[in-house]
Amino acid sequence: MDLADTLVADFDVIDLLHTLATRSTELLDANAAGIMLADQRGSLRVMASSTEEARLLELYELQRNEGPCLDCFHSGAPVARADLDAMLATWPVFTKRMRELGFSSAQALPMRLHGDTIGVLNLFRSRPGPLTESDLWIGQAMAHVATVGLMQERSIAASEQLAEQLQAALSSRVLLEQAKGVLAERTGLSMDESFHAMRRYARANQRRLGEVAARIIDGTVDAEALRGT
Amino acid sequence: MTTAAAHDRRVAEILSLITDTEDDRPLLVRLCAQGLTALPVAGVALALMTDEGPSGVVLAATDDRARKLEELQFSLGEGPCVEASRNGRAVLEPDLGSSGPTRWPAFGAAVLEAGVRAIFAFPLRVGAIRVGILDLYRDVPGWLSAEDLAEALAFADAATVVVLYLQADSGAGLAPAALTEPIDNRAQVHQATGMITIQLDVEMAEALLRLRAHAYATSRTVSEVAVDVVDRRIRFDDSDTGASGDP
Repeated sequence: MDLADTLVADFDVIDLLHTLATRSTELLDANAAGIMLADQRGSLRVMASSTEEARLLELYELQRNEGPCLDCFHSGAPVARADLDAMLATWPVFTKRMRELGFSSAQALPMRLHGDTIGVLNLFRSRPGPLTESDLWIGQAMAHVATVGLMQERSIAASEQLAEQLQAALSSRVLLEQAKGVLAERTGLSMDESFHAMRRYARANQRRLGEVAARIIDGTVDAEALRGT
Repeated sequence: MTTAAAHDRRVAEILSLITDTEDDRPLLVRLCAQGLTALPVAGVALALMTDEGPSGVVLAATDDRARKLEELQFSLGEGPCVEASRNGRAVLEPDLGSSGPTRWPAFGAAVLEAGVRAIFAFPLRVGAIRVGILDLYRDVPGWLSAEDLAEALAFADAATVVVLYLQADSGAGLAPAALTEPIDNRAQVHQATGMITIQLDVEMAEALLRLRAHAYATSRTVSEVAVDVVDRRIRFDDSDTGASGDP
């Protein structure tokens, strides 16, 4: 599975996180997924999402300071509710917005390292209720693989580096957004389509996502070539 | 604390600390001086970077030793600052005594000679935009604590805002407010910046400055303008306000 390959191959943080988000929706009974990472001050940031709706919902959750991902981050344990009523009772603001974005349930799984929670894998479904036990187990294993991968990127697992790690991930994220903008303007594609075109191109040419983004920005990869892939 | 707001607040605080003052030293000199006060380090320096890589220009330094070590790295073509600007990642070297000479054969010896035992170099960057490097020098070996590292990253982000601002040609019409506001990290801001590079045929840094300038000129937030650009309601051009369309 390509999550494990990523660990030994050339590495790109955002690519790994995005792979985790996308694979989660393929392997689990979930329609969308997103990943938040925290720094040492406990500040959470949205790092990757499988869809725009998932990203919006996560940002909203951070803004309104309410929801399962935050609870999961604080408790370090998986968080879900049995049904919509239970969700509404616990997170009224979040649940309302979740419904507007077309989801009926949310499940949050902790990304843990040496006893610390460093982030959360969030799964959103169009059907109500929590994930099955086996889905929960696979989801948690995937979150663990991503955590280990994240820490191995620079072979030093010192917790001092976590803040820098996050900063570097954020820089790659920014680069990606800039490249999406360049590609969208050149081709007329939407931001989502631009991202997928970049990812397909990176896969097909065995390049890292970050490298493709940089080449789109400096113009050494032809935008039209990406559009056609 | 649940959002990146804490970091952004600290960046804004640092920016107002260095702008709200009678101090008539250059902005970046004040920023380095603040860094020296706030962090457990012996020296702070800022070096400029261009698209081609490290420029060899030291923008500011708290002392002569820090300045000389910056210059030395550029003439030798090695060192944490050179490495950080090449990779776009921070270079954290907590113990130069044991790893310095192997990691950087020429620079490692010189830096130990100068009495420095740890170096931390942070790139000043916004995605593809790379404007410089912030270097922290310590006389004792050891990691920065998690808190100090967060503080150093806030200083790096504050320095990024100032260097970007100083590089803006006055034609971009950037209001002084641009100097006290951290870069908004919402995805749309960077997507819009990417779009504007094509609309105006300019570099990424210039596009970000134009986006910010337009927001100040029209009394809107940067992310509001960015959303209009991304949704293709406005386009940037060479008109007075910098853009046209129907927001």
